[in-house]
Amino acid sequence: MKIKTLSRSVDEYTRERSQDLQRVFHNFDPSLRPMEKAVEYQRALTAAKLEKIFARPFVGAMDGHRDGVSCMAKNPNYLKGIFSASMDGDIRLWDISSRRTVCQFPGHQGAVRGLTASTDGNVLVSCGTDCTVRLWNVPRPTLEDSNISSENSIEPSATYVWKNAFWAVDHQFEGDLFATAGAQLDIWNHNRSQPVQSFQWGTDSVISVRFNPGEPDILATSASDRSITIYDLRMSSAARKIIMMTKTNSIAWNPMEPMNLTAANEDGSCYSFDGRKLDEAKCVHKDHVSAVMDIDFSPTGREFVTGSYDRSVRIFPYNGGHSREIYHTKRMQRVFCVKYSCDATYVISGSDDTNLRLWKAKASEQLGVILPREQKKHEYNEAVKNRYKHLPEVKRIVRHRHLPKPIYKAMAIIRTVNDSKRRKEARRKAHSAPGTVVTKPLRKRKIIKEVE
Amino acid sequence: MEISSEDNNLMEKVLPPVEQESDVELETKVKKYLRGEGANLETLKDKKLKTQLASREKLYGKSAKAAAKIEKWLLPAEAGYLETEGLEKTWRVKQTDIANEVDILSSRNQYDIVLPDFGPYKLDFTASGRHMLAGGRKGHLALLDMMNMSLIKEIQVRETVRDVAFLHNEQFFAAAQKKYAYIYGRDGTELHCLKERGPVARLRFLKNHFLLASVNKSGQLHYQDVTHGGMVASIRTGKGRTDVMEVNPYNGVVALGHSGGTVTMWKPTSQAPLVQMQCHPGPVSSVAFHPNGHLMATSGKERKIKIWDLRKFEEVQTIHSFHAKTLSFSQKGLLAAGTGSFVQILGDSSGGSSHNYSRYMNHSMVKGYQIEKLMFRPYEDVIGIGHSMGWSSILIPGSGEPNFDSWVANPFETSKQRREKEVHSLLDKLPPETIMLDPSKIGAMRPSRRKEKPSRGEIEAEKEVAIEAAKSTELKNKTKGRNKPSKRTKKKKEMVENAKRTFPEQEHNTALKKRRIGEDAAAELPSSLKRFARKN
Repeated sequence: MKIKTLSRSVDEYTRERSQDLQRVFHNFDPSLRPMEKAVEYQRALTAAKLEKIFARPFVGAMDGHRDGVSCMAKNPNYLKGIFSASMDGDIRLWDISSRRTVCQFPGHQGAVRGLTASTDGNVLVSCGTDCTVRLWNVPRPTLEDSNISSENSIEPSATYVWKNAFWAVDHQFEGDLFATAGAQLDIWNHNRSQPVQSFQWGTDSVISVRFNPGEPDILATSASDRSITIYDLRMSSAARKIIMMTKTNSIAWNPMEPMNLTAANEDGSCYSFDGRKLDEAKCVHKDHVSAVMDIDFSPTGREFVTGSYDRSVRIFPYNGGHSREIYHTKRMQRVFCVKYSCDATYVISGSDDTNLRLWKAKASEQLGVILPREQKKHEYNEAVKNRYKHLPEVKRIVRHRHLPKPIYKAMAIIRTVNDSKRRKEARRKAHSAPGTVVTKPLRKRKIIKEVE
Repeated sequence: MEISSEDNNLMEKVLPPVEQESDVELETKVKKYLRGEGANLETLKDKKLKTQLASREKLYGKSAKAAAKIEKWLLPAEAGYLETEGLEKTWRVKQTDIANEVDILSSRNQYDIVLPDFGPYKLDFTASGRHMLAGGRKGHLALLDMMNMSLIKEIQVRETVRDVAFLHNEQFFAAAQKKYAYIYGRDGTELHCLKERGPVARLRFLKNHFLLASVNKSGQLHYQDVTHGGMVASIRTGKGRTDVMEVNPYNGVVALGHSGGTVTMWKPTSQAPLVQMQCHPGPVSSVAFHPNGHLMATSGKERKIKIWDLRKFEEVQTIHSFHAKTLSFSQKGLLAAGTGSFVQILGDSSGGSSHNYSRYMNHSMVKGYQIEKLMFRPYEDVIGIGHSMGWSSILIPGSGEPNFDSWVANPFETSKQRREKEVHSLLDKLPPETIMLDPSKIGAMRPSRRKEKPSRGEIEAEKEVAIEAAKSTELKNKTKGRNKPSKRTKKKKEMVENAKRTFPEQEHNTALKKRRIGEDAAAELPSSLKRFARKN
């Protein structure tokens, strides 16, 4: 006869000294956890509610400009710095952590329309409606004077006067070229007072320009003839051009998939294109109710932020048709420029009300140093939320956003218009000979033609 | 592909037989942790969804395997056992024999507490098995720490106590007394008097839902939420007075046994019973649930114990034994039945595949003791017996789960851990709507209402079968000329025709033809007029 019964000695199951950690034991047997699925669903629901409770995206405003903020530039070399320029010719360098001006760059006579920093972060290039391009040496941030409040001003290292007003400027990645957009596209060198190269396709002025992060010689521009054009600096003329129904205000390349670009359009949508195949958009990102003014990709390439004339900032997934987040405040006016911070944690928006606003990229994210256990808990909450995101209650809570009344009303109107269009289209289709009326997919509808 | 299969063969050859065996063992364990079949991805047309689900399934498989490996290698304790050799029988093994074999720590769990004055005792254990609550009929309430065998608090309420139950931890317990039910704190102070329920006969606590369920003398079932004190449901069962009540731990459904021999199952959100089973011809004297929720044991006054499969609501086994006054399932699936002064433990001799309960151990107490309540102590090989002369505790090897989980129920819980767990369990408190017969439905898709139409081939096959059945029926012998061969063939023909008629194949065809005609007409019309075409 063999007999064994359970006997647990206290010593084996408890800690030896009071300084030790408590001993924990796991048994993953499902029968020990009845109703585990219901409990998990309950946790998902709680996580969704907590996310809403902790959603406090607005960190602070940076005021100092005396006119609407027209453009911004990130300092690729310094996480805390951001440059901004306003309509009255004022350029400032901000310290994001203290939300104060570090220094000013006076000189421009009219509105500054373009601002960019070189990849090493040493040179700032600005251009504006006063027909000048100005190069500035960026002061090196040191640990000691990072909290200096005195607003020291800096003289431009070079000023180049040219024939026309400028709309935008962008610096090449890993090079010393920069491109300005105005009556035509001009390529400049740091050391030359005249453009080294000029491109023109049609007579309309170019309104935005952006260099490709992967291929330093490729750049995309948009012009007021509603076109998006891709240039290759190694060739003497443009590579590819499409005409859309409405104007594109700004362009951003995806930093992780550098062949893809997203265009912020005047009709309130953003269009993601494959740069090699412009006749069809890869994805249409709809949600804004007014013109999208600026767009910037997250350094992770999974999301981008847009600022719109409807006084809101939205964050979209790079492959999703609708935004995952909308930011607005009562005092924020038309947003002219947005930037994603270089660590993908913050979003900065510059608007007509002379302020720069700092937002969290994830509205409910816990900032600061997080303990490993806290981190694990956040990950678990994220996972259960993701698991039950399709269930109606969780979905409702996660999707709920409070919208300002004008946006809400405009959305309702847009919906009505679209519905009636769809109805009309369906009727027209029903009353015509089969095959004569073809509905174009949304991805192609807004593209008029591709010009070679 | 060929190469990889060859590789597999090679691997099989290389592996020693012991490891192969252990692989089979691991497979069965993985199956347990997979919690059912994976999604069938073959039928999916959406490629994106398919890849997403495939990666999800892969993840599930990985985690199940990891859990199985942990179970195999890392769990600190092994289950108890009682193995006999030769002519020895397990049910002849006495408690004294066990006491001689096991270690001192275990043998401390064999004892009798004799308290003859306060008469039959009800028992309850906390989920971790650390604390025990004993309630004597004559008003004696005692809270004990079973780990160090100490009495934490005892009080005398000077009233009849019909039942006792722990709430979510040992800090609170409820007692059903003469007129009302009361909630007491660990130090014996009366915290609440639950007057709404009337004189309560049985009390049970639903741990996941924080509901205190009770049935009173007039057969009313009450659910009270102990977190805010609100009465969640009050249900008139309409079956008369009962004192047989048990909670299915798998889904939180409350079962009541009635004097008419029925067992009814209830949830707080409906006034009608979920299930009504006629289990016994006479009164039901006790009900118990297997911890996995699929088995129910009932005993009737007609000296039978029945085991029921709750997935099919079918009887699996009938045990002719004695009139069991109280039944209890252990964590490992042993069934204890008690009557008079005799306890019988039944074990599943098939090992869980097909339920076949047979006697495993017996225990006779001192003649004259009347057993009131049997309850296995969780995570220990111990059963507590409440009887008319106090309470006793005996060893049943192999009854308890050997490995506890610190996050589920921890016998060695510190007060800090207890406080933390209280907060977490309150955060995870389930709403009463989640009590249902199949709790795995929560968080799943509702299956489409539309019934799949049987295909033509299936209808044909069914028809064939029906005709064959009609042909092969034996006609009864009739009298007065109705038994003529002509009549018989006519009758048979009629039956075959009837069988055919139930399958409206002919009509189906004509309907199809008609529809086709209609479709042709519709095809001729311009598309704008199609909507006026007759719809069949």
